[in-house]
Amino acid sequence: MTVRPFSITVDGRSVPVVPGQTIGAALHAAGIRSWRATRFGGRPRGLFCGIGVCFDCLISVNGRAPERACLAEAAPGDEVTTS
Amino acid sequence: MTYGSAGGRAGDRGTYDLVVVGGGPAGVAGALTAALAGLRVALLDSSARLGGQYFRHTVVPGRAPGLDRFLRQARALSDRAEVLSRHQVWSVAREPDGDLLVHAGSPDGRSVAVRGRRLLIATGAYDRPLPFPGWDLPGVLTAGGAQALLKGNGVVAGRRIVVSGTGPFLLPVATGLAAAGAKVLGVFEAGGALGLARHPLLALGKAAEAAGYALSLARHRVPYLTRHAVVAAHGEREVEAVTVARLDPRWNVLDTRIVECDTVATGYGFVPQIDLGVQLGCGTRRDVDGSPVLEADSAQRTTVPGVWAAGEPTGVGGWRLAELEGRIAGRSIVAHTRRRPPGAAGVELMAGEVAGALSRRRDRWRAFGAALQQAYPVRAGWQGWLRDDTLVCRCEEVPLARVREAQELGATDARSIKLLARPGMGWCQGRICGYAVACLAGEPQQPPRRPIAQPITLGALSEAAGPGDDLATSRAGDPGEPATSRADKPDDPLAH
Repeated sequence: MTVRPFSITVDGRSVPVVPGQTIGAALHAAGIRSWRATRFGGRPRGLFCGIGVCFDCLISVNGRAPERACLAEAAPGDEVTTS
Repeated sequence: MTYGSAGGRAGDRGTYDLVVVGGGPAGVAGALTAALAGLRVALLDSSARLGGQYFRHTVVPGRAPGLDRFLRQARALSDRAEVLSRHQVWSVAREPDGDLLVHAGSPDGRSVAVRGRRLLIATGAYDRPLPFPGWDLPGVLTAGGAQALLKGNGVVAGRRIVVSGTGPFLLPVATGLAAAGAKVLGVFEAGGALGLARHPLLALGKAAEAAGYALSLARHRVPYLTRHAVVAAHGEREVEAVTVARLDPRWNVLDTRIVECDTVATGYGFVPQIDLGVQLGCGTRRDVDGSPVLEADSAQRTTVPGVWAAGEPTGVGGWRLAELEGRIAGRSIVAHTRRRPPGAAGVELMAGEVAGALSRRRDRWRAFGAALQQAYPVRAGWQGWLRDDTLVCRCEEVPLARVREAQELGATDARSIKLLARPGMGWCQGRICGYAVACLAGEPQQPPRRPIAQPITLGALSEAAGPGDDLATSRAGDPGEPATSRADKPDDPLAH
């Protein structure tokens, strides 16, 4: 298991990660609290339930979409794109 | 050779004696009890690490009551059973031969199926939020979400935080956030007019716990106000302020004030996760708060043969109750395997037989859980906090006005409201809005009807339909430990 802090890229921007953190937690810690717009109202959304139930925090990880940012553990080299 | 895998039929090698879904205190205690008795056990959990929501921990574990003990159990389990973390179970089906096939999505996105003779459902619960204007603004989190960020990730949800809702869970959330450095501007408890000095925890003989919270809130200068709640959140792209209301006993708004903050942690109790049991046809009952939960007998058996349930799916009561129920279920499952065929050593245990001390402790904690639920009911006045444009369903963006329209068109229950206005039809399948929609329809929440408990890709679904992807067939390793008696040795991870 990686123990040193590392970074992931989010829309090209570098975001620091403490090993074990989810992508959602790393984004939140970096002050990025919304990363998705809703289909109809275009409303900003980020974490809400934080435990994989609400699906508000959907995000693309390494081209895979959609993932729940609150469940996806960040890994070195992850490239995350938001919509 | 392992007890319970006897029979020698071709293909049996890949069948576990027990498959457990859920790696919190109930699932781990149940799985470990069975594994220590020599059963071949597989446990699936959606998280990267065992613990569930209560024993959620980071790579460097923190301190929580019972955490060391849980980690010992989790380690012992990992040595003796197949633990499949980051596996999202989306369905369980009964095979023609009576076995249960548990379908899950694996971390790499593939579908796997684990076959077992028996199933233990220990899937926990999640926060029950209530809608209010602005509750979909980023920065509004469930209380459990704020807790998960802190305990699982070491991230404090915000700088200036308001905690609002009802129930004792608000207290550890608020004290945890304050201790981690957040400015907690207040705990707004919609229920009870008694205040922390006469908190229900005290009445239930948990003076030390109540005093601990009171002390911690006082030390961090966090006000604890009963009959108060956040009834609206304001902001452009994120929460910038909230409206806090003083409430009457029915939760109607008496007066309001604005509190500037960047984060809200909110929760109004918990919703037990019972999809898998409902899929299998398990009987349900209404819990103290009206929530549908799985019916379980004194040995934690559901109404469906071969299926047990433990922890919050049988009624919300916290981690101690969950662990006790898991241990009782584990013993009952062990007894069940020894009853058919009759015990070789001449020890005949009935599956319904439960050790007296365990079941007495379980009953005490269950009574405690029920008393807490009774002390924190959700009152109907919250519906008055909504405006026509308040989103009731976040996924499908259904405002209150559309729900009311559906009712005017003749929808008299939650199901017809759903068909007409589409709340609960999106990604979360009504997990978040189900309670609110039922309340708006004026009926108790019905058991969920979700043929697929987790969204999966069509590819994974088609894989699951094919033969050759039976995980148990391809991955089952050695048969594990021989049957041993689990005397209450000092190093027994299940002993107190």
